[in-house]
Amino acid sequence: MRELDRLDELEAQSIFVFREAFARLKRLALLWSLGKDSNVMIWLARKAFFGRLPFPVMHVDTGKKFPEMYAFRERYAAEWDLDLIIEPCPPIDAVDPTLPPAARSAARKTEGLKAALAKHRFDGLFAGIRRDEEATRAKERVFSPRGPHGQWDVRAQPAEFWDQFDARLPPGAHLRVHPILHWTERDIWAYTRRERIPIIPLYLARDGKRYRSLGDADITFPVASQARTVDEIIAELDITRTSERAGRAMDHEAEDAFERLRVSGYL
Amino acid sequence: MNAHLVHPLAAAAPRPLVRIVVVGHVDHGKSTLIGRLLAETGSLPDGKLDQLKAVSARRGMSFEWSFLLDALQAERDQGVTIDTSQIRLRTPGRDLVLIDAPGHVEFLRNMVTGAAQADAALLIVDAVDGMREQTRRHARLLHLLGLRQLVVVINKMDRVGYDAGRFGAIEREIRAHLAGLGLAPVAVIPASARHGDGVTEPAPALAWHVGPTVLAALDALTPAQPTTALPLRMPVQAIYKFDDRRILAGRVESGWIAAGDEVVLVPSGQHARVRSIEAWPAEDGPKPDVARAGQSIGITLDRELFVERGDVLCAATAGAGAARRLTARIFWLHDAPLAVGDEVLVRIAAAQVRGTVARIRDAADLAAPDAAASSVVAQNNVADVEIALATPIAADVYAANPRTGRVVIGHADRIAGGGLVLALDSAGVAPTVELPEILVRRAADLARDLVPLAPVERLARFRAAVEGRIVFTTSFGLEDQVVLHHLCEAGIDIDIVTLDTGRLFPETYATWEETERRYGRRVRAFYPRHDALEALVAAQGINGFYQSREARLGCCDVRKVEPLARALAEARGWVTGLRADQSAHRRGVGLVEADQERALLKLSPLADWSREAVRAFAREHEVPTNPLHETGFLSIGCAPCTRAVRPGEPERAGRWWWEDDGKKECGLHRVVGTP
Repeated sequence: MRELDRLDELEAQSIFVFREAFARLKRLALLWSLGKDSNVMIWLARKAFFGRLPFPVMHVDTGKKFPEMYAFRERYAAEWDLDLIIEPCPPIDAVDPTLPPAARSAARKTEGLKAALAKHRFDGLFAGIRRDEEATRAKERVFSPRGPHGQWDVRAQPAEFWDQFDARLPPGAHLRVHPILHWTERDIWAYTRRERIPIIPLYLARDGKRYRSLGDADITFPVASQARTVDEIIAELDITRTSERAGRAMDHEAEDAFERLRVSGYL
Repeated sequence: MNAHLVHPLAAAAPRPLVRIVVVGHVDHGKSTLIGRLLAETGSLPDGKLDQLKAVSARRGMSFEWSFLLDALQAERDQGVTIDTSQIRLRTPGRDLVLIDAPGHVEFLRNMVTGAAQADAALLIVDAVDGMREQTRRHARLLHLLGLRQLVVVINKMDRVGYDAGRFGAIEREIRAHLAGLGLAPVAVIPASARHGDGVTEPAPALAWHVGPTVLAALDALTPAQPTTALPLRMPVQAIYKFDDRRILAGRVESGWIAAGDEVVLVPSGQHARVRSIEAWPAEDGPKPDVARAGQSIGITLDRELFVERGDVLCAATAGAGAARRLTARIFWLHDAPLAVGDEVLVRIAAAQVRGTVARIRDAADLAAPDAAASSVVAQNNVADVEIALATPIAADVYAANPRTGRVVIGHADRIAGGGLVLALDSAGVAPTVELPEILVRRAADLARDLVPLAPVERLARFRAAVEGRIVFTTSFGLEDQVVLHHLCEAGIDIDIVTLDTGRLFPETYATWEETERRYGRRVRAFYPRHDALEALVAAQGINGFYQSREARLGCCDVRKVEPLARALAEARGWVTGLRADQSAHRRGVGLVEADQERALLKLSPLADWSREAVRAFAREHEVPTNPLHETGFLSIGCAPCTRAVRPGEPERAGRWWWEDDGKKECGLHRVVGTP
C-alpha cells in the first residue's frame, strides 16, 4: 500500500472534524457559498458519512450572485441529494452605514446569516474558511465559538490541541466548525482535480481573465489569467504572488475592514 | 497571509510539508526573524513590503520586520502577538508552515494550540538577555507536547558585537537546560534577524560559527510520520446506521487494519473480526482491504458488539490498557488552579470519562524548577497528577504509544490542561519496568536537581537517586582524574573501572599506578576477549586499524566497546568525564542523560565545565594527571591512535587524526541527537 500523501492526510483530518462535530453537536448545517471551497467541503462530508449528508446545507443568498452560480446550485442540490435551505439577506439600508461601500455590501450576508441562525437555532455551522486565505483567518480554531450575535472574540479563543475540541455552548451562542482550515488554495484545486469535483465555470479563464474567488457579482472582479483548465490553475498558483482575495473589493477599502467584518460575524 | 514564492523547483515532485512552531520570550525577536525569512525567501505577495513600509510612514513609525505579521489591529496597537498565526514559506527543499506562537505568558493556551500542530520547533533566545523564564517554560512545553526536533536561534548577535564567547556561553546554558528535559537541539545558530545575519546567508561577522544558517537548518527538518509501526489503535468516533450496514467510524491512530483481522475492543475486552473496510464513493472500484495510521475510515465487524464512542479497536494480541487510574505529567492552562479532590474530565482520543484528582506531585512552576511541591497546580504550571477514574478508559503509556498515551483534561466545561500518560493502573499495579520515556523523565528530573550543584554533590546525589550498581569508567584523562578524586575523597560508593585495550601509552599506565597509590584504591580493569582480539589481529594485522575507518571501528569494538558492555553489565548508572565542549560532536552532552540502549542513567558531572576550570581544579588539589597533557596531548586514548594537537586545534583533533571528519568517537559514547 502506498504512503499517504498530503491530500490523503488533509482528507483524513477533515473527515475526522466532520465526524467530531456530528457526534457532539445537535443542530448542524453546512454553509454552502457555491464556491470551490464549500464544494470540496460537501464532498468531504459525503466521504465522512458514506454518501449522503446527515444535516442540511444552507445558502445565505444575497440575490446578487452570478447566474452561473445559481445554475450550479440547482443542478447539484438535486444531484447530490442535499437538504438545501435558502435564506435571503436584508436590504442594504439595514447594514452598518460606517462600513466602506463594498464591505457594507458584504456585511449584508452577515445580517442574513444572523437572521437565519435566529430562525433555525443551529448550534453548529460548518464553514469553508482556510488559514491561508487571509491573516485573521489564520488565527482561527477548528471549533470556533461565536457569541449570541455571531461575534468572534479573538482574545478569548479556547485552547485546542491533539484534535480535542471544546464543544461547550454558552446560551444563545453557536460554534463555527472549520473542516478545511488547514487546506491551501492549491490543495483545494489539487483535490478537486483528483476527486473530479464539479466547479462553476467562472473559475476558468475566458478572454484572459478568470475568477479566483467568487462573491457577489457587483463586488467581485476577475484576475488576469490564462488558466482554462484545473491543471492550468494549479500550474498558475505555483508561480503566482498575488493574493487569492485580491479580487474581493471589501478586503482592500481600509486596513481593518476585513477584521471588522469578521469580529461582527462574517465568515 | 497569502505568501507564494516563485521558485525554480516550484512545479517539481511533492515536497515535504513541515510545520514549525516559533517560540521564545516575547521580546527576543520572533516576529522580526519570521518577517526576515519571508522577505529573503521571496515568500511575500507582491507589494506587501512596500505597502507596510507606506503604512508605517503614514503612522510616523519606523518600519519593523515584525509588522509583516501583526495583521490584527489589536496586535499592532499593543505591539505583541496574542494568537497563533500561520505563515507559509518555501525553502529549496521544503514547504514550511511557520506557526508564530505568542510569547506572552497570558497567551500560553494559544502557544500550546499552535505548538501542538507542529512537527518541529524554532526556539529564539536573545543574545543579550540569554535564557528567560519564558524560554524555559516554552522548552518544557515543547517536550510535553511531544516535539523532538528543535532548532535554537541565538538572536540579536549584533547587540553583543557578534561575540563568539557570548554565543558559546548561552549555547552551553541552553544545551544543558534542554538536555535536562530530554531534548537535544539539531542546531544552535547565532543570528541577527534585524540585520539579516545568519538568517538565509552566512554573515561575515559570524564567520567563526561552524554550522547552518537558520534557513538551512529549517530545510533539514522532517515531517512527523504516522505511527504505522505500533500496534493497531482505532478509537471509535461514532457508530453509523445510515443504511443496513453498521459502520464503526474513526481514525486509525497507529498500526494497520485489514479485513479479516482479529481485534479487541478496549476497555470492554470483546473480540471480533473485521468484516470490511467501507468507503465512498463505492463506484471507484472494490472496497479497500487495508487501512493504515492516519486514515479516517469506517469498518464493519463480523459480529454485533456493544460499542460506544470512545472505545478503541486494538490489535487482538497487543491491546491498550483499560485504565481505572492513571498518572500523567500535565501542563495546566486554566486560571483556576487544579487541586486534589477536583472533578475533571479525562479525554483520550475519542473517549471521555469523569475522574477525581487523587494526588499531585512535583507541582513545580515551569519557570521556577526548584519551587516546593504543593497540593495544587496553578495556571501555566506542570505537575504529575494521579487521577482516579469513574469508569475505565482505553489508554497507553506515552512511551508505548504517543497517540493514545496523551491525555487532555477538561475542567469547568473547558479544555484546561493536557499531557503525557506516565503510568496506568488497570489491575492495581503500576508498571515497574524502566520504559525509555520514564528513563528520560528521570534523567530530566535529576538534571534539574543537579544543575546548581558542585561536581562532588552531583556525584553524591546521583548515588542516592539511583538504585543499584553505578560504574565510573576512567581512561585516566584530566577530567576522569578529577571525577575519581571526588569519588575517592568523598567515599562515594561507585565502582571505578578502566578499559585496558593493551595499546595504552606507558605514561597512562604510570598515571594509573600513581592514582591507585595516591587514593589507596584499586581500579578494576576490563580486557578485550582474547579470542576476539586474536581473530582481529589475524584478520587485519597488528596495526590494521590505519587502513580504513571500518578497520579502526572494528578495533575499537573489540578493544573498548565489548569490554565496556561487560563493565556496565547490571549497572543502573554510569558516570563519565565527558564535557560538552570537548568537540563539536560532544556539544550535545548533558549533565544527566538516559542511555536508552543500555537502560541506564548516565551522569557527566563535568558536562558544563571548561577545560581550563578542570585543569585549575586538578592543579589546586594536586590531582595526579597524565604527563602527556603537558606535551600537547589533550585527549588521550590508545598510543597508536593518539597524537599531540597544535595550539588552537580542537581537543579531540589528536584522536584518529588520519580520519578527517569531526565525529571522533569509538562508540562508547553516543551523543544525543546525532545519527
